Amino acid sequence: MANLESEFVGIKSPNPFWLASAPPTDKEYNVRRAFEAGWGGVVWKTLGEAGPPVVNVNGPRYGAIYGADRRLLGLNNIELITDRPLEVNLEEMTRVKRDYPDHALIASVMVPCEEDAWKKILPMIAETGCDGFELNFGCPHGMAERGMGSAVGQVPEYIEMVARWCKEATDLPVIVKLTPNITNVLYPAEAALRGGADAVSLINTINSITSVNLDVMSPEPMIDGKGTHGGYCGPAVKPIAMNMVAEIARNPETANLPISGIGGITTWRDAAEFMALGAGNVQVCTAAMTYGFKIVQEMISGLSQWMDEKGYESTADFVGMATPNVTDWQHLNLNHITKAEISQDDCIKCGRCYAACEDTSHQAIEMSEDRVFTVKDDECVACNLCVNVCPVENCITMRTLEPGEMDERTGKPVSDAYGSWLSHPNNPSVQAAE
Amino acid sequence: MTTSPLSEGIVSGRLASDQLSENFADLHPQLEDHEALVAADRCYFCHDAPCMTACPTDIDIPLFIRQIATGTPEAAAKTIFSQNILGGMCARVCPTETLCEEVCVRETAEGKPVEIGRLQRYATDILMDSGVHPFERDAPTGKKIAVVGAGPAGLAAAHRLAMYGHDVTVLDSRAKAGGLNEFGIASYKSVDNFAAREVDWLLSIGGITVETGKALGGDLTLDALTADFDAVFLGIGLGGVNALGAEGEDKDGVLDAVEFISDLRQASELGSVEIGRDVVVIGGGMTAVDAAVQAKLLGALNVSLVYRRGRDRMNASQFEQDLAASKGVRIITNASPKAVIGNGAVREIEFEYTDDDLSATGQTVRLAADQVFKAIGQTLEGSGLPDLDGRKIAVDGTGRTSVQGVWAGGDCAAGGDDLTVTAVAEGRDAAEDIHATLTA
Repeated sequence: MANLESEFVGIKSPNPFWLASAPPTDKEYNVRRAFEAGWGGVVWKTLGEAGPPVVNVNGPRYGAIYGADRRLLGLNNIELITDRPLEVNLEEMTRVKRDYPDHALIASVMVPCEEDAWKKILPMIAETGCDGFELNFGCPHGMAERGMGSAVGQVPEYIEMVARWCKEATDLPVIVKLTPNITNVLYPAEAALRGGADAVSLINTINSITSVNLDVMSPEPMIDGKGTHGGYCGPAVKPIAMNMVAEIARNPETANLPISGIGGITTWRDAAEFMALGAGNVQVCTAAMTYGFKIVQEMISGLSQWMDEKGYESTADFVGMATPNVTDWQHLNLNHITKAEISQDDCIKCGRCYAACEDTSHQAIEMSEDRVFTVKDDECVACNLCVNVCPVENCITMRTLEPGEMDERTGKPVSDAYGSWLSHPNNPSVQAAE
Repeated sequence: MTTSPLSEGIVSGRLASDQLSENFADLHPQLEDHEALVAADRCYFCHDAPCMTACPTDIDIPLFIRQIATGTPEAAAKTIFSQNILGGMCARVCPTETLCEEVCVRETAEGKPVEIGRLQRYATDILMDSGVHPFERDAPTGKKIAVVGAGPAGLAAAHRLAMYGHDVTVLDSRAKAGGLNEFGIASYKSVDNFAAREVDWLLSIGGITVETGKALGGDLTLDALTADFDAVFLGIGLGGVNALGAEGEDKDGVLDAVEFISDLRQASELGSVEIGRDVVVIGGGMTAVDAAVQAKLLGALNVSLVYRRGRDRMNASQFEQDLAASKGVRIITNASPKAVIGNGAVREIEFEYTDDDLSATGQTVRLAADQVFKAIGQTLEGSGLPDLDGRKIAVDGTGRTSVQGVWAGGDCAAGGDDLTVTAVAEGRDAAEDIHATLTA
C-alpha cells in the first residue's frame, strides 16, 4: 500500500492534502473537524494585525457559476481575512497544534507592508507551535485596496522585501502565496526565491465577476445594489493554476523552489496532476466548501490506489515527473501525426462531432443518411475538437499514424524523424540561417 | 417441442430453451462504464446521507459513488465490502426501492433516485471479477468459533471473524454454502452462479472451514458446540414453512414456494423444471413474487398470486409487484384460501374474500389450479435453542442470546427485517461483539 505521508519544506503531514487558507480553516471547530475527516494539514485562515479585526460585508460573499445539473464549477468571494481577534485565533491554533502534533498547521499572514509589522507578528504566531508561515500576497479584493494581498503580490520587489523580513523574523519555513493576477508568474516566483522564501504556493484567486443581476443591473454577489470583483476559484481555475505551477517548475531559476499547488483541486486525479507538474503537495478549498471535509477520503483512496497501480511508494516518486515534458510550442514534434477515429459501437449518433467539425473546423467528418459518422482522413488535421465535444468517454480517440504510413491529408508518408518548427522549412529563421 | 404453455398438468419444457434463457436473463444487467459514470455523476455527495442511514449495513454510499465517478471502482468496492462483505449479492437482491433509493434526495427532487443498487453492483463486480480479495487476515488468535448456517448472516460473521484472525468453522445442513442466496432467490437475480462464486471469493480470506450436511439436532447439539468452540454464532434461518390451514392442503400439487425456488436455482437445465398450466401462489412477500414470476417465466399459462389482505399491505415492494404484473402474473388481493379441491391432486382452490382485518365475508371464489405454491412465511425449526422472543431467537443489540457464548443473527433472530442485507449486518455486528468479547 502506497505511503501518502508527505514532507513539504520539512513540514510533515499524514498525506499531501492540506486545506488552503480560507473560510474552512478560520476556526478551531472547523480545523478539528478537518483533521478528524482525514486532512493532512491546514493553512489557517489569514491572520491580520492585532487590534480591531477587519469586518466583512453582511450580504452575500460568494457568487457561483454552474455546469449542467447545478454542478458548481467556479466560485468567487469577496470575503476578507479572518474577522476574529488575533488572540482568539492564536489560542485556538495553540490548542489544535497541541492535540494534532502530526498534522501540518501553517499560519497564513497578511499585515501592512512595513518591516515592523511583519517582524512583530511572526514571533507571536510562532508561539502557537505552528509549523510554518504562508504570506498572503494573493487576495485580490478588499485588502488589496489597502495595500495588502495582491497589491504586494503584483510587485516583485515588495515580495522579495517582505519575504526577506519574514525570513529574518523566524526560523520556521516561509511559503509565499502567489496571485495569478499578474502578467508572468515567474517574476513574483523569482522574487520570492530571492527574498529567501522556502516555497511558493499558488494560485490564489482570480479577479472576477461571476454574474450580473439583470433586473438591478449590478454584479453579483450584490450588496445593496452594488457589487465588486471577487476572487475566483474552483474547478474552473485548475488549468490556469496548473500552467503557472508548471511554468515555475520548469524555469531553471525556480526549478528547485518547492511548490504547494492550489487551484480547483477536487479529486485525487487533480491532485496527482498538480504534483506530476511539480507541486510537492496540494491545497484544497472549494471542493471542501462544496462537498464537505469528507471529500478527502476519496482523494486519499484514489491517490493511494493509483500509486499502487503505478508502483509509486511515496509521493516523492512522482512529484515533478511531468515537468520535463512541459515544453515550448516550438519544440513540439510536427512529424507526429494523429487522426480521429470514431468507435461505431460506442457512438450514440448525437452528431455533435459533426456540427463542431463541419461548422467550426475542418469538414473532416462525414455524416451518412442514417446518421453514421466517420472521419475523413484526408481532411482531418487531428485538432481533437470532436473528442472534446463528444459526450461519450473514449468513443472518439486519436490514433497515432505509424512511421511510413500515408497521411492522406498531405499525401506524404509519416516520417519517423523528430521535426519541430525550429527546423521547419516554413520558418523564416531557418531559411535565414541557410 | 411436445409441451407448450397450453399443456395440461405439471410438465417440463413448456418453452424452448432459447426462450427460457431470455426469460431468466439478468434482471438488472451490469452497467456499462459510460452508464456507470453518468449514473455516478448524479450523486450529490450528501452530508450524513439519507441513503447511508437507510442501508442496514451503513455502506458509505456517497463515498463509493464518488470513487466510481473519479475512476477508482476498486476503491469503491472496498468501501462497500468493508461494511458489507456480501455487497455483490445485496446489489442484486436488496429492495433498494424501499431502502437507499427510496430516500435518495434525487427521488425527492425528481422522482428518480441515483441508481445506487446498480452502481454498487458495478463496483463490486469489477473488483470480484479481477480476483482480488481486498482484506487481509490478521495474525491467528488461536480462538475457534463455530458458525451454524452458511447463509448471509453466517457468512458475514465468518468473514469478519476470520479477518480478525480467528479460526472459523461454518456448518450448514445443505450440500452447498450460501443459504438463501444460493437456494432462496429468484434465478434472474443471481445469474451465472453468482452466489456460489461469491462464497468462494469470500472464503478466500482464509481461516474459514465449511462443513456441509451438518445441521443442529441429532449428534450436533448446541451444548457440544459451546464446549468445543470459544464462541458460537447461529445463523440458521427459518427452516420450516407455515401451513395454509386450508382443507385439503395435503393434496398433490400443493408445494412450498421456497422448495420450488430452490429446485429451480439448482436445476442444471431450466427446461427440465416442471411447472403447472394454472399456477396459484399464495402469499404477499418477496418469496411469493419470486415463485409467481418464475412460474410465468417457465411457461405457465396462468399464474395468480393471491394475498389475503390489500395490496398496500403486501410485503413485496411496489417494484416487485410491478415486476410480477409486467410478467403477466395476476395479483388477487383480499382472498384467503379455504379449501384445496381435487381428487388426489389439486384441480381448484377456493378462496373467501376478506377485508384487511381478515373478517370473513362469506363470498367465495374458485381458481383453477394444477399447482399451488405456499409462500406464507417461514418458521424457526429446531430444539435446544436459546430462549425465544415470540417465534424467533431472542437477541440483544449485538446478537447475544440467552446462552453464554452463543450469538445469533439473520432471519432466525428476533428483530429486523428478513432481508439479506439485514442478515449481513447482524452477522457482522455479532462478529464484532464476539471478537471484542474474546479479546477483552
